[in-house]
Amino acid sequence: MEDKSPIIAGKLHVRNLDAARNRFLSILSNLALFIIAFVFMIPFIGMVFTSLKPENEVLSIPPTLFGTRIDWSNYVRAWTFFPFGRFLLNSVFVALATTVLAVTTSSLAAYAFSRLRFRGRDTLFLIYLGTLMIPQQVTVIPLFLLMKHFGWSDTFQAMIVPSAFTAFGTFLLRQFFLTIPYEMEEAGRIDGCSAFGLYFRIIMPMAKPGIATLSIFTFIGQWKSFLWPLIITNTDRCKTIPLGIYMFNGQYGTDWSGMMAAASIAIIPSMIIYAFFQRYLVEGISITGMGGR
Amino acid sequence: MREAIVTVKKKRRSGDGLTAFFFLLPNIVGFFMFTAIPVLASLLISFYDWPIIGDMKFVGFNNYIRLFTKDALFVKVIGNTVFYAVIYVGLNIVIAMSLALWLTSRIHFANVYKSLFFIPQVTPIVATSLIWKWLYLPQFGLVNQFLGLLGIPDINWLGTMEWAMLGIIIMSVWQGFGYNMVLFTAGLYGIPHTIIEASIIDGAGSWKRFWKITLPLLSPTLFFAVVMTVISSFQVFDQTMIMTNGGPANSTNTIVLYLFQNGFTFFKMGYASSIAWVLFAIILVLTMIQMKLQKDWVYYE
Repeated sequence: MEDKSPIIAGKLHVRNLDAARNRFLSILSNLALFIIAFVFMIPFIGMVFTSLKPENEVLSIPPTLFGTRIDWSNYVRAWTFFPFGRFLLNSVFVALATTVLAVTTSSLAAYAFSRLRFRGRDTLFLIYLGTLMIPQQVTVIPLFLLMKHFGWSDTFQAMIVPSAFTAFGTFLLRQFFLTIPYEMEEAGRIDGCSAFGLYFRIIMPMAKPGIATLSIFTFIGQWKSFLWPLIITNTDRCKTIPLGIYMFNGQYGTDWSGMMAAASIAIIPSMIIYAFFQRYLVEGISITGMGGR
Repeated sequence: MREAIVTVKKKRRSGDGLTAFFFLLPNIVGFFMFTAIPVLASLLISFYDWPIIGDMKFVGFNNYIRLFTKDALFVKVIGNTVFYAVIYVGLNIVIAMSLALWLTSRIHFANVYKSLFFIPQVTPIVATSLIWKWLYLPQFGLVNQFLGLLGIPDINWLGTMEWAMLGIIIMSVWQGFGYNMVLFTAGLYGIPHTIIEASIIDGAGSWKRFWKITLPLLSPTLFFAVVMTVISSFQVFDQTMIMTNGGPANSTNTIVLYLFQNGFTFFKMGYASSIAWVLFAIILVLTMIQMKLQKDWVYYE
C-alpha cells in the first residue's frame, strides 16, 4: 500500500483537487449568499439607523450610518403627533379578536366538513373553495354599505367581524383534521362522547399545529391590513398602525427620520411576533402550498 | 335485512346532519353575510348609478360600457396593472426559485437566510413603502448613491413616468418573493433523494438535472405559486397608494387604487363595483387559462 502505482496516485491527486475545488466553490457560494442577504436587509438596517439620527443629518452625501448623536426625539415625534400608542393597542386588539373568532368558527366548520356526513357536504365545500379566488376588493363596497346600514361605521365590530369567517381558514383546518386518524376518536365515541366532545377534547388538541398556523396567518393578515381599515374608520378611535403611518406620511412626508421612526414602530413588533411563530408560518405555507394534497 | 341497513344508514345520516348544522352555523352565517352575499351584491350594484347620497338608478351595462369606451384612464390603469403583473410575477418566481435552489444546496445557516428573506411578508406594506420612498430619493437616496458609484446618472425613481412603475415593481418583488421561496424550498425538500442520486449516477449535470428532473417534480408547486402570485399581483394597492398615489400623471395608477378612488373619493359606488367585477373577471379568466395550460407542463405523480 505504501508505494502506490502512478495511476492510483494520479487519481488521488485529481480527487484532492476536486475536493479543494468543491470546498472553494462552497465557500464562494456561502459568501455570495451572505452578501445578497445583507443587501436584502439594507432597507431595514437603513430604517433603524435613520430613525435614530438628528433630523437635519438624514440627507447626506455620502450616506452615513450614524449621525453625530443618537436622537430619540424622532420616536417621540412619531409617538406624539398621532396617538400611536392607541393605534398599536388597536392593532393588537383587532388582530387578536379576529384570530379568536376565526379559529373558533373555522374549526367548527372544518370538523363538520372533515368528520360528519350530511347531504350537500361536498357541494357546500366546493362553494367555500370557489370563493378563495375572489379578490377581497370585490366585496369591499357592499361591505362598506352593509356596515353603514348596521350603524357599524368606524367601530371595532366593523374592523373585526367581516374578517372573522374565513373560507381559507375552514379549508386549512379541514386539511389538518383529515390527517388525524379516525381511530383517535373511536375510543371517545365508545365512551359516549358527543360530537362536540370529540371535536373539543380530541381533534382540537391534536390539531394544535394547524390551529397555530391559522392563528398566525389571521393575526398577520389583520396586522398588515390597510384597505379595509382605511375605508371603514374616520376617527382615531379604531385606527390601526398602518393607518397611523399613512397619516404620518400624508402630513410629515418630508420628515424622514420621523417617518423611519414610525416605520420602526410598525415593523419591529411584527418581527418579534414573527420570531416566535415562524415555524408555524413555514409549516402552514408548506401544507396549503401543496394545493391541499 | 337490506332495508333495515338502509334505514339505519339514513338515520345515522340525518343524525349527523343536525349535528353538522350546529357545527357549520357560526361560520356559514358569517360566510354568507360577509363573503357570498356581498360578492353577488357587488355585481348587482355594478348595474346601478349608486352615489353615496341621493337616489340610485338602474343603468344596465352602462358602467361597463363607459369603462371600456369612454374612460381612457381605466384602459391606462389596466395597462399599468398588466405591466406590473407580468414583470412582478416573472421576477418573483425566478428569484424565489433561484434562492430556493441555492438554499437547498450546501449552505450553512440556510434556515436563518430563509427566515430573513421572509421578514417583509409579516411587515405592513405601508411601512416598507415609506422605507423605499426614502431609498428612492433623488440625489440623497441610497439607490441613487449606489448607482452614482457605478457612474449611472441620478434617477428620479418615483417622480418620473418612465421609472415610477419600475420602482414600485422592484420594491414589491423585494417585499413579496419570500413566500414563494419558502413554498419552493418545501417542495424541493419533498423530492426523494433517490431520484436525485440516480440522476447524478447517470451523469446528468446540474443544469440538465434542474430542467429534466427537479422542475418537472416541482411543477405542481410551481403551478400553484404562479396562479396565486398572478392573482395577488392584480390586487396591488398599498404600495401604489403610499409611494406615488398613482402618480406621476397616473403612470402607477392600478386597478384597485382606481377602484378606491372611484368608490371612496368620488363616492361612485356603482362605477367602483363594475371595476371590482372587471378585476374579478380578469383574475378568473387568467386562472382558468392557467388551469387549461397546466396539462402541458404540470406533472402529477
